[in-house]
Amino acid sequence: MKKFIFYAPIAAFLALAFVLWRGLYLDPTELPSVLIDKPMPSFVMTTVEGEPVSNADLPGRVFLLNVWGSYCLPCLVEHPTLMRLSEEGEFPVVGVNYRDRRLLALDWLDVNGDPFEYSILDEDGRFGIDLGVYGAPETFLVDGEGVIRYRHVGVLEENVWREVFMPAIAELRGALAPSP
Amino acid sequence: MIPELGQFSLILAFCLSILLGVMPLAGAATGNRLWMNMGRPLSAGLFVFLGICLVILAHAFVTDDFSVRIVAAQSNSLLPMQYKVTALWGGHEGSFLLWTFMLAGWILAVGIFSKSMPREFVARVLGVLGLLCASYILFMLATSNPFDRMVPVPPADGADLNSALQDIGFILHPPTLYMGYVGFSVVFAFAIAALLSGRLDAAWARWSRPWANVSWAILTIGIALGSWWAYYELGWGGWWAWDPVENPPLITWLCGAALIHSLAVTEKRRVFKSWTVLLAILAFAGSLLGTFITRSGLLTSVHAFASDPSRGIFILAILGVFVGGALLLYAIRAPLIKSEFGFGSLSREIFLLANNVILVVAAASVFLGTLFPMLYQALTGDLISIGPPYFNIIFVPLMILLVILLGIGPISRWKKTSGAYLQRQLGKVAAASVLLGVALPLIVLLNISIPATIAVALAIWIVLGIGRDLAAKTANKPSRWQGLRSLTYGYYGMQGAHFGVAVMLIGVALTSYFSSERSVLLQAGDSVQLGGYEFQFAGSERIAGPNYNADRATVLVTRDDEAVADLYPELRVYLANGAPSTEMAIDPSLLRDLFVTPGEIRANGAWTMTVYVKPFVRWIWLGAIFMALGATIAAADRRYRKLARVRDHAHEPAVGDMKPGGLQPASGDGT
Repeated sequence: MKKFIFYAPIAAFLALAFVLWRGLYLDPTELPSVLIDKPMPSFVMTTVEGEPVSNADLPGRVFLLNVWGSYCLPCLVEHPTLMRLSEEGEFPVVGVNYRDRRLLALDWLDVNGDPFEYSILDEDGRFGIDLGVYGAPETFLVDGEGVIRYRHVGVLEENVWREVFMPAIAELRGALAPSP
Repeated sequence: MIPELGQFSLILAFCLSILLGVMPLAGAATGNRLWMNMGRPLSAGLFVFLGICLVILAHAFVTDDFSVRIVAAQSNSLLPMQYKVTALWGGHEGSFLLWTFMLAGWILAVGIFSKSMPREFVARVLGVLGLLCASYILFMLATSNPFDRMVPVPPADGADLNSALQDIGFILHPPTLYMGYVGFSVVFAFAIAALLSGRLDAAWARWSRPWANVSWAILTIGIALGSWWAYYELGWGGWWAWDPVENPPLITWLCGAALIHSLAVTEKRRVFKSWTVLLAILAFAGSLLGTFITRSGLLTSVHAFASDPSRGIFILAILGVFVGGALLLYAIRAPLIKSEFGFGSLSREIFLLANNVILVVAAASVFLGTLFPMLYQALTGDLISIGPPYFNIIFVPLMILLVILLGIGPISRWKKTSGAYLQRQLGKVAAASVLLGVALPLIVLLNISIPATIAVALAIWIVLGIGRDLAAKTANKPSRWQGLRSLTYGYYGMQGAHFGVAVMLIGVALTSYFSSERSVLLQAGDSVQLGGYEFQFAGSERIAGPNYNADRATVLVTRDDEAVADLYPELRVYLANGAPSTEMAIDPSLLRDLFVTPGEIRANGAWTMTVYVKPFVRWIWLGAIFMALGATIAAADRRYRKLARVRDHAHEPAVGDMKPGGLQPASGDGT
């Protein structure tokens, strides 16, 4: 019996090698979040400005949750889209300032303009872990009940907004309030 | 024409490595002395031809031969000379050639410094290393040829070396890290040779120890250089980020640290043999895994080379053959190994075992944390991210436990130590550490903080423990001086490395808890206060570097109206590809670093900047230097050479101990 213990390392290694081999063919950007159709993870945090914020402060209607960082160059690319949405006011945008420094984030908002209702400060990335965030930028579509409906990894360009988010929102609204 | 000579030389090196992988091993199995003796000349030949490859590739970089694909990808005619040479390892192919050359260097060193070991053993070690080298060269020839040409029309100029790599850190960090990494192949080969021959005895442990120490010392320096480089180049003042590619060297380092301690027990007490062999295999597996992760695109990271699954498959195959083969050999041979002596439940053996368990658990948790996102995705199809919080939660308590044991281990006795003895030796040390741990941060920093108290107390625990042990070891000598002289290099090396742990601990804890930073927008003439210092932005100017233009700001730092430092952070734009780069400015000192990161320049001439005050950050790397020095001093201990020579005459070739019976200790005093 004791003899078989010495086979444990090779067994563990073979299992690992198999997983590594599988891992070579995975693409971390193509898969949806674990949280689709699940409520947003609960949180009690502060905003970038230092105000306390929790689930109770989420907008009571369909909104976007945008993961951003001052270090993130693609975030600048989608920034005009977010600014436009924020000005139009139909869909509030909540930010998650992911693995950033508070002061750098404030400076970034100051320089580029602030499209967010508020930004949840996630300096150590812990909230990002709960959300299953892969990296900034990412945008979640969340409904009025606080349930995550869609996740987009990468830049939220205008065409992504038109071709992916708008239909998803229309579908969502159709499902929630079927018009007679 | 010249790059083709390099290609030719690489093929020759491949042939030599195949011969090196076959002849000495076959010779050792059949008792053919001539074949066994081929190991040394073949390893010299391998070194020479891989050296030629490296020189030819460097020549292509220096002469701007952009018809060679990697030169066009990684260099540029404007690049300063030192970076042209080092651009060689700025990409996957060139750095793998460097890696393989390092292995050839270690093989040559084994050939030179193994004169006192039995012929058969050396033949097996060189053979295993030859096979490993052959697989690396085959990998290069098959998937990543550094001498590939751009045909038919080479570009007029190269795409340039990534601007973050144009730095002294890039010149030093990769070669050092590779050298340390690859060194563990030697310890691995020793373990395999011992398993093959069945001679897993104290002599094997003694031969392995200097190699393990030196590899570990170089790896320590390599990791510390990487940390230092990240600190001043990446610009956010961090010295460790738990990045998926930072972690594998750390895993190897932790396994290596466990191995060094376990080898000591195996040599001195002839116990933990099968565990020590397993650690030697694990440390090597860690180094190969690091290669795999960096070069396969398995995990996304700032370090990752361009991803290519075919390379990943190839490295995975190398990993499977060598680590899998070694573990299979281990599974077959290890049950036959017997420990020769027992030990009590309170003894130095137990403390070292605990050290090993903690280090391996730490390595395993770093490993899991690194691969978990990938594992999770492979199993569930979903994504997850693992950040520094996970690593810190696991790592910090383990290290606290390790340091507490570190104080007790060296002073405890082999075989059996009484609790009363330990209490007598260390009771006052413990009390003093707690007292000073509370008092010192209070006096020096005027600040009470539990993490700082714990860190300072632990560091003092180590230092006073070293002092107490020195006093105890020299107490019975006629004079202190004679006592100190009678202690071995091995002992001083150990205590030096342990002292390094204390130094690093202080650096890590105090930097983590007492650093301060501010981001500000400054017009020329404005200033900002931080940590008792005043940073004044005096203005900026345009300057031209060799291959870049830059805006350089002048920041004057004063404290109580006395000048402390003038700092010159720069915002550069590289000419070759217009890539921007920020250059921090640092005023380093032993007690604190002042650090300015430039952000951007506004239309009205104002600059955004982040200023940092980072106390004791230098101690992190200073500690690493002590650890590396300690390991090196211990490796220089006279007895490795002297005793090895005596041993040699004891066992001239003992052919035929392939039989399981040969697994009995060669010295014959088994249980």
